[in-house]
Amino acid sequence: MIGQEFVQLSLTPMLVGILASLACALPGNFLLLRRQTLIGDAISHVVLPGIVVAFLISGSIAAWPMMLGASGAALVAVLMIEAVKRFGRIESGAAMGVIFTSMFAGGVLLLEQSDTSSVHLDVQHALYGNLESLIWLSAEGWGSLFDLAALSEMPPQVGRLFVVLALVVAFIAVFWSSLKIATFDESFALSIGIPARLLGFALVALTAIAAVAAFDAVGSIIVIAMFICPAATARLMTDDLVVQVLWSAVFAVVSAVLGYMLAGYLPGLLGYDYAVSAAGMMATVSGLILGVACLFGPKRKRIAPTA
Amino acid sequence: MSDVELIARDGDRVGRKDPECPLAIDGLTVSYGDKPAVFSVDTRFGKGRMVAIVGPNGAGKSTLMKAVLGIVPKLAGRALFFGEPFESVRSRVAYVPQRASVDWDFPVRVIDVVLMGLYRSLGIFGMTSKKDIAKAHACLERVGMADFARRQIGQLSGGQQQRVFLARALAQDADLYLLDEPLAGVDAATERAIMSVLKDLKSEGRTVVCVHHDLATVRSYFDDVLLINVRKIADGPVASAFNDRNLQQTYGGRLGATHIAELQQPAG
Ligand SMILES: Nc1ncnc2c1ncn2[C@@H]1O[C@H](COP(=O)(O)OP(=O)(O)OP(=O)(O)O)[C@@H](O)[C@H]1O
Ligand SMILES: [Mg+2]
Repeated sequence: MIGQEFVQLSLTPMLVGILASLACALPGNFLLLRRQTLIGDAISHVVLPGIVVAFLISGSIAAWPMMLGASGAALVAVLMIEAVKRFGRIESGAAMGVIFTSMFAGGVLLLEQSDTSSVHLDVQHALYGNLESLIWLSAEGWGSLFDLAALSEMPPQVGRLFVVLALVVAFIAVFWSSLKIATFDESFALSIGIPARLLGFALVALTAIAAVAAFDAVGSIIVIAMFICPAATARLMTDDLVVQVLWSAVFAVVSAVLGYMLAGYLPGLLGYDYAVSAAGMMATVSGLILGVACLFGPKRKRIAPTA
Repeated sequence: MSDVELIARDGDRVGRKDPECPLAIDGLTVSYGDKPAVFSVDTRFGKGRMVAIVGPNGAGKSTLMKAVLGIVPKLAGRALFFGEPFESVRSRVAYVPQRASVDWDFPVRVIDVVLMGLYRSLGIFGMTSKKDIAKAHACLERVGMADFARRQIGQLSGGQQQRVFLARALAQDADLYLLDEPLAGVDAATERAIMSVLKDLKSEGRTVVCVHHDLATVRSYFDDVLLINVRKIADGPVASAFNDRNLQQTYGGRLGATHIAELQQPAG
């Protein structure tokens, strides 16, 4: 039955792709408006040294030590970026560039120097994740979605990403108007008692959590793409923040689904007998959608140089 | 009046909590690095007055406003609003930042910006009622921007943006208005429109403090003036404080040296 095969082999990777894309794309809207999109990039780079250190300390590649190491590294990176900005008196883009490239390089060095060859901890995994391997063998069809026993054997990434996405949505919904005001006009926000800086920090922390959770499942390529592309595309569609956030969710889901399907079927259609990386394809599709929006998006005129 | 006399007079007020005084500043010093941007400024703004803060670019006018509102940290000194620290009387104070400090490309409409002024009276999810929207519309009406309510803010001219910011401040329904260059880059008609709104505020007994750059209009628009260039040069009624000598000092080239020399001399 085609339903069973789909649910067993394709549903979970697709679901993980969708959840990861959404978890990154939603905070991406605010990062974009705060001109902080690079921070998603920075965080996904520093995750590597965090994971390596976690492995060296714990000796395992179980999910929790990895997540802990990655979150720790993200926190260290954010603090160091702030420190470099304050004490080096340089703008944030440069500060991020300095920190994340050096931390990423440190991670690669550590990886090469230490004995991690026995485990599956390599650069390719870091970039593309292992989306295709997240299959759900105990599923017997769509009905398994309502079967607790089968659900409990779903790849744990699904549940983790679900929780993270719920956290992201809750944060944005609860702090919606404060976030909006703080992003538009920080001085005014502070004057009416919105803790704008704390919110900014919380947003970065949330970004780190989303990046780490998504990284584990889908690799850093998609994380970087999803922080930027859906939100940037959505900005070209509308001048209303609510509508922008909704569009970004649509683009995230479309990129994930279309990317997954194209990765599986496109090479076949073209006569090749292999599949390409689903995560890579999802990122590519999100970039292509952005390209189309740049050409045809209704609000694309606003990026024209102002006279 | 010499600076020493001014400081002595201000010293008299230090520590007195006057609930009638919209804003009393004592020894305010702010620094972004090694050099102070605002140094030991004492002043007090009177209820129902229109006050201009005047000084050259980089004099610390915006910094002074931000510091009293806690937006940038104070190195020393304090500011009391209606005799209270700012945190306890926040809702009685409205602040309009310098226009250039805001991202005008942001995806919000004019009416949303005005609704931000009602933030403190909205619920946690920022739900707006019909009444809130009607109130925001009324504020837009007062600044002559009602027809633009649904425009994206980036599609407005500089003068129109300035008026929308003023409408947001009106929505806050405050007793003290701190406006950072409300007349910057506006044409004569808009300037008249904004000034008439500010005069209405004053006639309602509210206090309006503006950072102001056009020396030619200080006398006709304002009651009081605060001249600063990092340090306070002078404050008080325009008729007495806004004189050639003080202006010379505020804008003069070797201000630092002469000012310090004066401070070191005993009053006389
Ligand atoms: N965020 C900041 N970081 C570092 N220095 C700053 C910052 N903001 C202002 N300054 C410096 O502090 C001094 C006072 O700046 P401020 O903006 O208060 O001046 P201003 O009187 O408002 O000038 P303008 O008329 O140009 O608006 C200037 O020398 C400025 O360079
Ligand atoms: Mg200024």
